[in-house]
Amino acid sequence: MNERSMSVAEAPRTATGTDHALAVEDLDLAYNVRGIPREVLRGVTFHVRPGEAYGLVGESGCGKSTTAYAALRYLPSNAVITGGRILVGGNDVTKMSSKQLRRFRSREASMVYQDPGSALNPTVKIGRQVSEAFSILGVGGKEATERARSALQRVRIADPDRVMQRYPHQLSGGMQQRVVIAMALACDPQLLVLDEPTTGLDATVEAEVLDLVRMLLQDTSAAILLIAHNLGVIRSMCDRVGVMYAGKIVEEGDAVEVFEAPKHPYTLGLLQCLPRHGVRKSERALFTIPGTLPQIGTKLPTCVYVDRCALADDLCRTEVPPVVHVDVGHTEARSEAAHFSRCHHIDRLSQMPEPASDDNDNVLGGKVVIKMQDVSKTFHQRGHDVPALVGIQLDLGGGETLGLVGESGSGKSTLAKAMLGIHEPDAGSEIELDGHLLEGKSSNRPTEDMRAMQMVFQNPDSALNRTWTVRRILKRTINKLTGVKGDEADTRIEKLAEALRLTPRHLDMRPRQLSGGLKQRVAIARAFAGDPRIVICDEPTSALDVSVQAAILNLLSDLQAKESTSYLFISHDLGVVRYLADRIVVMYLGRLQEEGTTDQIFDGPHHPYTEALLSAVPSVDGEPSRRIRLSGEIPSPANPPSGCVFHTRCHRFMEGTCDVIEPPVVEIEPGHRIRCHLPVEELGRTQVAAG
Amino acid sequence: MSMNVPPPDASGAAAVVEVEAAGAAGGDVIGEAGPGTLVPLDMRAERRQAARERRRLLLRRPGFIVGVIILAFWIVCAVAGDRITPYDPLTPVDTSSLRPSSDHLMGTDQIGYDVLSRVMAGARDVLVVAPIAATLSIALGALLGLVMGYLRGWVDEILSRLVEVLLSIPVVLMALLITATLGSSRIVLIGTVAVLFTPIVTRTVRAAVLSEAQLDYVTSARLRGENGLFVMTREILPNIRPTILVEFTVRLGYAVFTVATLSFLGSGIQPPSPDWGLAVSDTYFLIPAGQWWPTLFPALAIASVVVATNLVADSIEAVLAA
Repeated sequence: MNERSMSVAEAPRTATGTDHALAVEDLDLAYNVRGIPREVLRGVTFHVRPGEAYGLVGESGCGKSTTAYAALRYLPSNAVITGGRILVGGNDVTKMSSKQLRRFRSREASMVYQDPGSALNPTVKIGRQVSEAFSILGVGGKEATERARSALQRVRIADPDRVMQRYPHQLSGGMQQRVVIAMALACDPQLLVLDEPTTGLDATVEAEVLDLVRMLLQDTSAAILLIAHNLGVIRSMCDRVGVMYAGKIVEEGDAVEVFEAPKHPYTLGLLQCLPRHGVRKSERALFTIPGTLPQIGTKLPTCVYVDRCALADDLCRTEVPPVVHVDVGHTEARSEAAHFSRCHHIDRLSQMPEPASDDNDNVLGGKVVIKMQDVSKTFHQRGHDVPALVGIQLDLGGGETLGLVGESGSGKSTLAKAMLGIHEPDAGSEIELDGHLLEGKSSNRPTEDMRAMQMVFQNPDSALNRTWTVRRILKRTINKLTGVKGDEADTRIEKLAEALRLTPRHLDMRPRQLSGGLKQRVAIARAFAGDPRIVICDEPTSALDVSVQAAILNLLSDLQAKESTSYLFISHDLGVVRYLADRIVVMYLGRLQEEGTTDQIFDGPHHPYTEALLSAVPSVDGEPSRRIRLSGEIPSPANPPSGCVFHTRCHRFMEGTCDVIEPPVVEIEPGHRIRCHLPVEELGRTQVAAG
Repeated sequence: MSMNVPPPDASGAAAVVEVEAAGAAGGDVIGEAGPGTLVPLDMRAERRQAARERRRLLLRRPGFIVGVIILAFWIVCAVAGDRITPYDPLTPVDTSSLRPSSDHLMGTDQIGYDVLSRVMAGARDVLVVAPIAATLSIALGALLGLVMGYLRGWVDEILSRLVEVLLSIPVVLMALLITATLGSSRIVLIGTVAVLFTPIVTRTVRAAVLSEAQLDYVTSARLRGENGLFVMTREILPNIRPTILVEFTVRLGYAVFTVATLSFLGSGIQPPSPDWGLAVSDTYFLIPAGQWWPTLFPALAIASVVVATNLVADSIEAVLAA
């Protein structure tokens, strides 16, 4: 068996059209919900050649994960394949006996999951887990360990022996994902399915993992099926891409071609939802796709996208759209890389409505609402002092949006929580609101001060009490913060709901009856219930689909224009920050590294850390010209590096200076401050794509 | 429209539900959501719908049905008592030590009581004592668990150690000590079982509160200035209700068992009650002599109640967890 797969691995990558590693043909799949089969996949067809990477994109619920899991026939018990077939290396997965299936999964197909932390057994050392992947293939004990070591080397783990002695929780997320990938590659699979492999990771770690996968692609003959909601990831990784909607592939083609010149209204819509090309909230609102995905099991006899399509007309409602090949010149060609779209109107795509240009001209009064001076926060853990924030100086003006970026562990959330009084800052820290000093702990602050500052959390599921109705959530907040009760409170709730585009019916629902976007809207409504001066948004759209994200960002920007609220906006998505923020601060290890207006931050000159962050982001508009890789991991705040805290990972590290002397904060132009030893003229100026 | 939304427990596939909920929820559309097209829905109706759905799921589980039928039978026996027993359970009716026959389906014991009548009437004491004890332990345990899990810090430290001390003493030993000191009235019995079970409940509730208190809605409540009592009772408590409900059914089963054990040891329900544990203890020495029926039937009665409560508990847990 091993012999065989080895030889496959060494076969030249000149596969011809017919021998696909993965062929999904006319796949129909339904979930039985209370005995009624509900259609989820509607004739999904695509082929992946050996050595090719194929991406599936679409909103959550469009069936992309179901397709991926179906390829390994790893489906919930109520899933029924009602038609079509799935061929991996010529064998039909849908017809395998359970014994064949087990063999198939252990030797011919592998999967990498979204959360590497839960994909690894927390009680088993890495070495044993990885060698298990080889023992299953019948490799003996000693040799399995040996193979495990080289497998870890293959995924560029520098010190495999040390890593093998560790437990999963002792490794960082990026490291864990490498281990999972190493295990997935153990059997030299013909098919490797990657389900959102970098979604939970930081941009810098994501870039590393993607680099790794890209490198592995070069020397494997496996067919890769990549599922990701991040279009930038798909573009940078995949040869071809399929855009899925309601269980059907509506457009397929060469990844670059599809993203550069989309030929289906849905693909175009998805791309337009992204804040790209440096667009700012002051210029225009983001495009959104009206409506939501149809419920599973909905009968969609003609075009699946017809209900949400701006171009839909009677033809779309009465006839199944043709498969239109857009290969330049020869429409009849059915070559492998054919770019096709299932649409009646690909010639009318240019008529798609543009989002209205917005005149949300922010009046930045310049009056400082909140001022943080020398704010530090030290946690005490098992007798150790862990400084999470060190000497933060920060101003936030009225109606201003301040973007806060940095890797996880850089102290972004701690900063937000110190401002809110959830974490009491260390003695000597000063936080001023409208010129008066705030109490460190929120419970000591008067209602007026609490009312002034509210928060929108990352995960609306966790942020809303599941047993409360939306109305109760809002009413209680209004009562507590403004003292308004009874009918007057009800009137306010209705006003608030209207501003947030929630219908009266939503008010009497509980969170679990709402979609992710609606939940986040409720959370935003709650934050605005007491007319706050400042709203702290902690990654408010990172759990949402791009179409929903666009709607939420538009909403935040509208609310700000109306209420002149200030935002502290935490996000790892630089495109989003660029769209919304007026100013940006970059944090590393609890310290501010760079501060400036959005243009200053994006145009440079940059702090080396900012430079690395900017260049790490995979973009739908292609790769940035130069990639700066951050080596190593973010150091422990308990034991920060000497001199400049960033020197251990800096690509511009100067020995004898950076590791000895703490760099000064230099104001290189008005409002643009950088904490670095490098003279201004030597600081990088990456020309970044839109992000 | 939302009538089509299955509650998340409707099927095994989480993905399915997510899609449906998203689909049914209206629109994430700026300027597009059409309130006019939506049918306003009574919120009580929605809640009734969810409750109905849960009931339906419960009724589909055979374990639940069997458990409920067994428990219902014993409750009827406990309430009706000697009004439905074939003979008077407290008066010896016949010749003693009769084998089961058509006159005495479970035979008679060495004194001449009809075993069937005794078994039926014997449900009463245990079905009064065990549920009250279980309820008390749940109330006390939930209170302590909430306080410990929410406040943490030194309160949690001290109470946790106390709970551990109580847990380290064998239940029956502790119960014997208490009843030996305070006598074995019904009140003492209830109190004893309640006190013995409280630490276990406390630990379960505390764990549930700890994970719940980390959620952002608790932070959000603090950011609008809610006090601890409100957060504990109004925000967190409703969310851990399923945990508490399951814990109650489990404790109920154990309470029946513990009461029977204490009665068997002579520290529980006192004669002349036809209590099962007592009956087993009064008759088991006759088994070597071939008289198995006065012992077997009360013992089976105990087992049936314990198994039935566990069947119900498992079903409730499965339906709530799904």
